[in-house]
Amino acid sequence: MTEGLPVPSPAGLAGISSLTMDPECSQLLPALCAVLADPRQPMADDTCLEKLLDWFKTITEAGSSLLLLQGNPCLVELLCHMLKPQDLSSRVLAFSLRLTGVLAAQEDCFQYLQQGELLPKLFGEAGPLGGAAWTSPTVRSGWIQGLRSLAQHPSALHFLADCGAVDTIFSLQEDSSLFVASAAGQLLVHILGLSMPGPAGGPPSLQAGDWPACAQKIVGHIEESLRATATPQITQALNVLTTTFGHCHDPWTQVLWVRLSPLVAGLLEKDPVPAAHSLVDLLLSVARSPGLSSSSCGLWETLAQTLSHLSPTQAGPLALGILKLQDCPQALRAQAFAVLLQPLACVLKATAQDPGPSGVLDGIVGDSMTADMLLPSKAACVGLLCRTLAHLELLLPLPQRPCPWPQAPLLGAAVTLLQLCGGSARPTSDAGRHLCALLLGCVRVQRAALDFLGTLSEGTGPRELVTQVFAVLLEYLRSPDSSPTVLKKAFQATFRWLLSSPKTPGCWDLDPHALLFLRDLLPVLQKRLCSPCWEVRDSGLEFLTQMTRHWGGQAGFRHALLASEVPKLTEQLLRDPESYVRASAVTAMGQLSSQGLCVPPAGPEHPGGQQKSLLAELLHILSTDSEGFPRRAVMQVFTQWLRDSHADVAGDTEQFVAGVLQVASQDLDWEVRAQGLELALVFLEQTLGQPRSHCPCAVTPAVAAPVGPLAQALQPLCRVRLFEFAFRALFDCDRPVAQKSCDLLLFLRAKTASSGSLQESRSSPHVASVEAALQRWQAGDQAQPLGDLEPEVVLAVLRSLDLEGLQGALAESSDHVEKSPQSLLQDMLATVGVLGGNEADCY
Amino acid sequence: MKLYCLSGHPTLPCNVLKFKSTTIMLDCGLDMTSTLNFLPLPLVQSPRLSNLPGWSLKDGNAFLDKTELIDLSTVDVILISNYHCMMALPYITEHTGFSGTVYATEPTVQIGRLLMEELVNFIERVPKAQSASLWKNKDIQRLLPSPLKDAVEVSTWRRCYTMQEVNSALSKIQLVGYSQKIELFGAVQVTPLSSGYALGSSNWIIQSHYEKVSYVSGSSLLTTHPQPMDQASLKNSDVLILTGLTQIPTANPDGMVGEFCSNLALTVRNGGNVLVPCYPSGVIYDLLECLYQYIDSAGLSNIPFYFISPVANSSLEFSQIFAEWLCHNKQTKVYLPEPPFPHAELIQTNKLKHYPSLHGDFSSDFRQPCVVFTGHPSLRFGDVVHFMELWGKSSLNTVIFTEPDFSYLEALAPYQPLAMKCIYCPIDTRLNFIQVSKLLKEVQPLHVVCPEQYTQPPPAQSHRMDLMIDCQPPAMSYRRAEVLALPFKRRYEKIEIMPELADALVPMEIKPGISLATVSAVLHTKDNKHVLQPPPRPAQPTGGKKRKRASEDIPDCKVLKPLLSGSIPVEQFVQTLEKHGFSDIKVEDTAKGHIVLLQEAETLIQIEEDSTHIICDNDEMLRVRLRDLVLKFLQKF
Repeated sequence: MTEGLPVPSPAGLAGISSLTMDPECSQLLPALCAVLADPRQPMADDTCLEKLLDWFKTITEAGSSLLLLQGNPCLVELLCHMLKPQDLSSRVLAFSLRLTGVLAAQEDCFQYLQQGELLPKLFGEAGPLGGAAWTSPTVRSGWIQGLRSLAQHPSALHFLADCGAVDTIFSLQEDSSLFVASAAGQLLVHILGLSMPGPAGGPPSLQAGDWPACAQKIVGHIEESLRATATPQITQALNVLTTTFGHCHDPWTQVLWVRLSPLVAGLLEKDPVPAAHSLVDLLLSVARSPGLSSSSCGLWETLAQTLSHLSPTQAGPLALGILKLQDCPQALRAQAFAVLLQPLACVLKATAQDPGPSGVLDGIVGDSMTADMLLPSKAACVGLLCRTLAHLELLLPLPQRPCPWPQAPLLGAAVTLLQLCGGSARPTSDAGRHLCALLLGCVRVQRAALDFLGTLSEGTGPRELVTQVFAVLLEYLRSPDSSPTVLKKAFQATFRWLLSSPKTPGCWDLDPHALLFLRDLLPVLQKRLCSPCWEVRDSGLEFLTQMTRHWGGQAGFRHALLASEVPKLTEQLLRDPESYVRASAVTAMGQLSSQGLCVPPAGPEHPGGQQKSLLAELLHILSTDSEGFPRRAVMQVFTQWLRDSHADVAGDTEQFVAGVLQVASQDLDWEVRAQGLELALVFLEQTLGQPRSHCPCAVTPAVAAPVGPLAQALQPLCRVRLFEFAFRALFDCDRPVAQKSCDLLLFLRAKTASSGSLQESRSSPHVASVEAALQRWQAGDQAQPLGDLEPEVVLAVLRSLDLEGLQGALAESSDHVEKSPQSLLQDMLATVGVLGGNEADCY
Repeated sequence: MKLYCLSGHPTLPCNVLKFKSTTIMLDCGLDMTSTLNFLPLPLVQSPRLSNLPGWSLKDGNAFLDKTELIDLSTVDVILISNYHCMMALPYITEHTGFSGTVYATEPTVQIGRLLMEELVNFIERVPKAQSASLWKNKDIQRLLPSPLKDAVEVSTWRRCYTMQEVNSALSKIQLVGYSQKIELFGAVQVTPLSSGYALGSSNWIIQSHYEKVSYVSGSSLLTTHPQPMDQASLKNSDVLILTGLTQIPTANPDGMVGEFCSNLALTVRNGGNVLVPCYPSGVIYDLLECLYQYIDSAGLSNIPFYFISPVANSSLEFSQIFAEWLCHNKQTKVYLPEPPFPHAELIQTNKLKHYPSLHGDFSSDFRQPCVVFTGHPSLRFGDVVHFMELWGKSSLNTVIFTEPDFSYLEALAPYQPLAMKCIYCPIDTRLNFIQVSKLLKEVQPLHVVCPEQYTQPPPAQSHRMDLMIDCQPPAMSYRRAEVLALPFKRRYEKIEIMPELADALVPMEIKPGISLATVSAVLHTKDNKHVLQPPPRPAQPTGGKKRKRASEDIPDCKVLKPLLSGSIPVEQFVQTLEKHGFSDIKVEDTAKGHIVLLQEAETLIQIEEDSTHIICDNDEMLRVRLRDLVLKFLQKF
């Protein structure tokens, strides 16, 4: 962009520099550079420097770095200052190195800095590299990141070669700081990519002699590392290669792989295989790379070989990766799947079970491979099983999952694992007994197996196995030893299995087996709703809500539920001491009530004889509960009720909406107020005749779609004081509430504009007084109510409000003022100033 | 050292340890499961029970007695580990000629007294007009219906003791505190340690100067009300006798407490009553504490809780005064000052009410639905019998079993058919097998001795390899009526040396750090203490007759040969022999040392660890020469 422009003299720069940096910042910059260069004024906050660097990056991305430097000579001064031997803070030094890199990313600026010998002095032997500052990982990291930014053009490559940076990077790969070591690896990948010809660079050559010197050096280093005996060195080489193949898909990568693959394959001959995790990552990275045609470079053979050499724990991720590949030979997929299934096959074998009719798991476990691999220690066994289950769970929903999918044996394995953990398994072999002792009460495996079992519900299974699944789920739901998290997962898995249970054609009700199960389940749920542990009560209620939502309209379910104590207990939980439980109880009761499954509270427990309707009870919670969650839940239930024209609401909708909005407007929780706007919107849509969601069990809607004049249509909205609520929300101190209100009013205005038959009454004194009140509200004084509003006044006020402007202002993030670079510079200077002030006070 | 095992019940142990010259009985638990063979004793005449067909209710309750494995009158002391393990005490102290001392902590004695008092009260308030014992005759027993027919050793079943016997037995107890060292006849020292299971419950260390036996009985690592278990003091034991582990290893107490609360709330919310058959002390304190936290959250604040036992009041009050025996949390409350257990507040707010029996005040206060805690957990006697009869017919009511001592199905048998719900939530806070294996790893005893039940998985769950003690070397197991020789030999005895004698010693250092001295003294042994005293001086010339007697006592002081020490380095010895002109020397290694053969001289020198023999053929000159060469290598003193 600046090419061809005559380099302007510093004196004439002011106008140009303002293209890239506003003058206010330019004025602040010299002071800031002085502060940074002054070792007596330490920067307290790292994040400021990060933000400053980000700002410089934005500027250089948008314009010329050279002009920036020339327009702000203080920057070069700062960089030169770094060369003087002094006691500089490592943060500032690292910042300067990174800034130099950012600036030198543009070739002309690079040349400019080269001329002043600044670059070799900062990044070469003469710079911090040889000094005491180098002991700080921050400086080493800054050095690497500086070079990473700088290395963008061929001149940079020469510079790197000249100053011997590559050797330093090699040594930094073994740095004690993991961040530095990792960054060094990334930098090598970057330099390699930069030095090799791009996609248009002609056909790759296999001959190393044809490669650029820099690339040769790096590849040579990688080869040497792969031949090393020390695992860390091998790991570094593998990581560099993984990143290379992951990021660069140019033709030369294929040549690189062909050259290095014998060395990589050589690693498999060692026992144990060194750096197995990194090796797996590399092979998967190569296999995924579109730049390589896998069949031609013997990759499939290497993968097959690796699968058979690695231990089950190490091979699991590789197997999963292979199965996720799009195009891969069937034999390799089968081998990978067998590896993945091995631990579960061992479990089935140890418990002496039939590996299943499909025989997929059969034969995986040879005689040599027994359950021993599972048994060395509890931690190893649990880890392997959990990973296996998680891998299979990931695989199940994928389109490329293996086919045929061994659904039945996997179900059997999941059930067996759960039985082993729960103590209900009766293994007869020694291995089985040992496994039982290892897994007993293991919460991790229980959780993983329940998740997996839930996922398996998407397939089917033989009837006996499904019966076993329900039996083991019931066992877990019943067991007093199930931890709250395990119980929650058991509830979730149960729901998924109930969902998947076969349906009678033409009827959405549960099938007879599921209904029988439900009969056993409800007493358990009853007991869980009385648990002393609130998490358990909470997950019980969530489960009930889910079930009611799905089967609340079905006769079989309704009959079983109404015959149990569950609805009554749920009603009692509205008064639970734990707010989460109250919130869940509110949701559950709302759902039960929507389906007509609420039992009116009666009997000896309510000696006062005061029977409150559920609506009154929920309103009471909304106005008195000290915690936000139950109140939010009430608002959601009310919104849903209004949407569904629930019988309790439909009786007198206006009174209901008015009451709820009045309570909600005073709520301290912004989510309650926002939900109030949601409810207002539903009412508004109903009043103005928007299509509503159809609910099968709703009574006839009380509010018919209006056809009359607009004023008449707006009357009900005025009567429930919807506008006062919305206007108040418009100036809410919480942005989401204000935004929602703004949207609602805009919607209303659009609605009324289209049918704009109403007379304007802009000039009426009432309108003026409302506008005045709104201005006071906006200023923060919301004490004064608006009083009764007429539709005409509302419309006039709506039109006079700059809703679009408000919407725009609200859309800006709340810190948009504070985020400006000027504010950043001021802050940094102020901080230092304040520090200085304190120092003075001390003396 | 021997262990006589008088009880086969692992949680109600009764073992006798013979150690040095003492005979120590470890616990005397009373196995009351035989009462399940009898019909319940109703407080109110029960037409249903008395009209049951067949065998009518005639006999009193009887208990299993000890076997005649050992003469119990020879027992020197009885160490009690907790109040459940002392229930057979009156049978031993009152009817066997026992004349020793019983050691127990104060809460153990006080609460044990309450348990015994309750038991006696329950039995005595429903006296029998007549009692039958003829049926115990083997010929008649054969004809009885099934469970009785197969009962073992019915002849040893005894009637329940009386309050008089209880008082007499308790008067023989000496109170001890944790870590207090009690000398038994100077031979051994016994020390109670906190075991964490119940108020005042203890494990015991029995040690001499060189041997240590730990007796672990009824311990708990859970945080409940008692002082935590002292594990550190159990380290370095030669033998660890391990009894009283949890009876329900598969039930986790936390889960069971949750189950208890859920079922209780569920029943009460449906308008039903809850019956909890329990002992008047122990887990009930923890249950009341859980309920204290739970009732408000479960909306049960208006439900009355009744605790009915002849000792209910004492039990609730005792628990509050044993502050020093409580866990740290509860101890700190006492300094606030607040009652350590929250049941005080339950009583104050009238949520918990206690009554000595269901007669009297209770009948006027009684309000349903309610929760009743009452005994006895066997459902054979006590106020619980009445509530079972009263509430058994309604399915609204629930009986929740929390005590693991009795099979709940057997306990319920005479009440069948039963409409009320039965929930089994056994709460046993004693060690489970995982905790035991951690404990054993921590304290590392040389040998573990335990009931045979603990060395194999329970018969009903033979696949549960985790439900047994797994240690190295494998635990020695015992069963009822077995005598076990404990696997270690006593090798050392401590002997004291009088100061004046010690003054006279002239030690000689034979190796750095090791000095030797000869001593002539008289070994004086009294009360299992051994003391070396200076030999009596030669009597004074004056004193005539006395002098003569004294001189007789003095051992003949011969001229003592010097004592030798050190070892002979064979190679150097051979070199020395060669230097002195012996040739043709051959050395052979033997099991105990070496044989040096001087073939020419036909002589053989046998060098062993503690002796050297020179065998030569009648050549005294040669022998003396060789002897002197040998002596050169040894030190004399």
